[in-house]
Amino acid sequence: MNFGLTDEQQLIVDTVRSFVENEIYPFEAEVDKAGEVPHELAQSIMQRCKDIGFWACNMPESVGGGGLNHLDFTLVERELGRSSMALNHFFGRPSNILMACEGEQIEKYLMPAVRGERFDALAMTEPDAGSDVRGMKCSAKLDGGDWVVNGSKHFISHANVADFVITFIATGEEDTPRGKKKKITCFLVDRDTPGFDILPGYNSVSHRGYQNCILSFKDCRLPAGQILGELHGGFDIMNTWLYATRLTVAAMSVGRARRAFELTLPWCAEREQFGQPIGKFQGVSFQLADMITEIDAADWLTLAGAWRLDQGLPANREIASAKVHATETLAKVTDTCIQLHGGMGLMDDLPFERFWRDARVERIWDGTSEIQRHIISRDLLRPLGA
Amino acid sequence: MKILVTCKRVLDPYVKARVKADGTGVNLDNVKMAMNPFDEIAIEEAIRMREAGKADEIVAVSIGAAKTEETLRTALAMGADRAVHVVTEDDIEPLGVAKVLKSLVESEQPGLVIMGKQAIDGDSNQAGQMLAALLGWAQGTNVSNVELDGDTANITREIDGGLERLALKMPCVLTSDLRLNEPRYASLPNIMKAKKKPMDKKPIDELGVDTAPRQTLVSVSEPPPRAAGVKVASVDELVDKLKNEAQVI
Repeated sequence: MNFGLTDEQQLIVDTVRSFVENEIYPFEAEVDKAGEVPHELAQSIMQRCKDIGFWACNMPESVGGGGLNHLDFTLVERELGRSSMALNHFFGRPSNILMACEGEQIEKYLMPAVRGERFDALAMTEPDAGSDVRGMKCSAKLDGGDWVVNGSKHFISHANVADFVITFIATGEEDTPRGKKKKITCFLVDRDTPGFDILPGYNSVSHRGYQNCILSFKDCRLPAGQILGELHGGFDIMNTWLYATRLTVAAMSVGRARRAFELTLPWCAEREQFGQPIGKFQGVSFQLADMITEIDAADWLTLAGAWRLDQGLPANREIASAKVHATETLAKVTDTCIQLHGGMGLMDDLPFERFWRDARVERIWDGTSEIQRHIISRDLLRPLGA
Repeated sequence: MKILVTCKRVLDPYVKARVKADGTGVNLDNVKMAMNPFDEIAIEEAIRMREAGKADEIVAVSIGAAKTEETLRTALAMGADRAVHVVTEDDIEPLGVAKVLKSLVESEQPGLVIMGKQAIDGDSNQAGQMLAALLGWAQGTNVSNVELDGDTANITREIDGGLERLALKMPCVLTSDLRLNEPRYASLPNIMKAKKKPMDKKPIDELGVDTAPRQTLVSVSEPPPRAAGVKVASVDELVDKLKNEAQVI
């Protein structure tokens, strides 16, 4: 067993860390306040990411990507996670579900995404279908050779800047032991498809500038060639390719928690009250000890989950543990960092109130903490017949 | 043309230096280390020269303990072609560094040596000048611009009160100033290639040069904490204080 990074991994970490420090940190506060990313800034981050060969670093080399394995990519995500999501989104990592593209889809969607010419977004959630994905109402009916889609999606991250949206749509129903459930198919939907609209979403307390959108389908006709994977095969493709997105949330949460901690530690050593640094008060020092313990634990859980994926080992429970622990650690750490900064911690002159707001969504998206605990406990109890 | 570039492993410039309790030096245990920023600039300049077709090989050199290899890997990931690691556990003084580099220049026969103007640990700003003297080569220190033209290096130096332009006969030694360029990030393809690039390890004793220290370190101490400022009532009082208290005029 070896817990050290290889030379390559260390260089990857150092490079991405320098990138976020130089190209992203200086713009975070203004983007958070404005609630949007200036076009030129987005273009500049994209170009710089391409210049250093990190664009699509998660995609296989066979399609022109960087070919990083799960562990190396998780390190990239961890370093990116230190920075604003509104901005690090432009450090392009196309959804790896695009590897399911076949035939003409390869040149139309996969390759342009890897080259950074077309941006993807991913749509699953609906107002009445959050954690219960199979309760989705957005549905398609076959008409001639086309699928005619009606319904809506919401909370669709960065669809405002997407050229196409990978959308999960109900294409029928089937009887299951737990009643009727939707059959789901994954479609590639171009931004300019008639009957399809990408509308502004809600103003979220977390990740301002990283916009969520509402998708509207009104008699939107999609030829069968827009199906990604198999008809009714939405769940298979989801499980094959989107299995590890929870690790991304975990890794980003670890990165942001560590950044908040690293900014707070020297403060506790320098800030004096009652004639001594506040870090000398046990009430403060023990909070520092607890924070670093939880952050390190979340870090190792996350990296171990990625390592298991690379080894081909079962990782579902481990990834769920990483997600739940990393996101809850981030919540605690950002809250504690504000506490240790006192009133100033709440002011937007310092980044802690932003970290604290941004932390909130991490326990909700990509599977809530409750869903993760369900996955973990089911994994434990099922073999016992419970 | 081959370019020899130096890269020293130093305390990360963004880490606060802390003096050891016994005053024998700066504490380097468990602190983040990085490549000397001026050396990063030197490597960037060499890479740009290669990209412009003025050079065909870049050899990165560093002197230090085992971990120095990490700094050389960074140089390789930025784009250097191969590395030479002169291995020693000792802290080598500028003259010793210059002698080691002279020995490497004699075996490598580069057409140009580019170094950082100084390393941010000792801040000596001597090794480049000493190397040029030992080799009998021209030297351009603190350069903010370099243009190669055949056997001539046309350089701009940042000097007190302005810029100095010189034409140097090559081979020569250049040392980089802050404004020479902005170093690039290591690219992912280069990071992946770095491991496969050759790295020679040479124990310092095998070079046959005398690197014995000529100085004795007496003590290292923190700078005195900054005292609170005072308000002066008049220009006369200010001038008096500058003359007699601060003794700067």
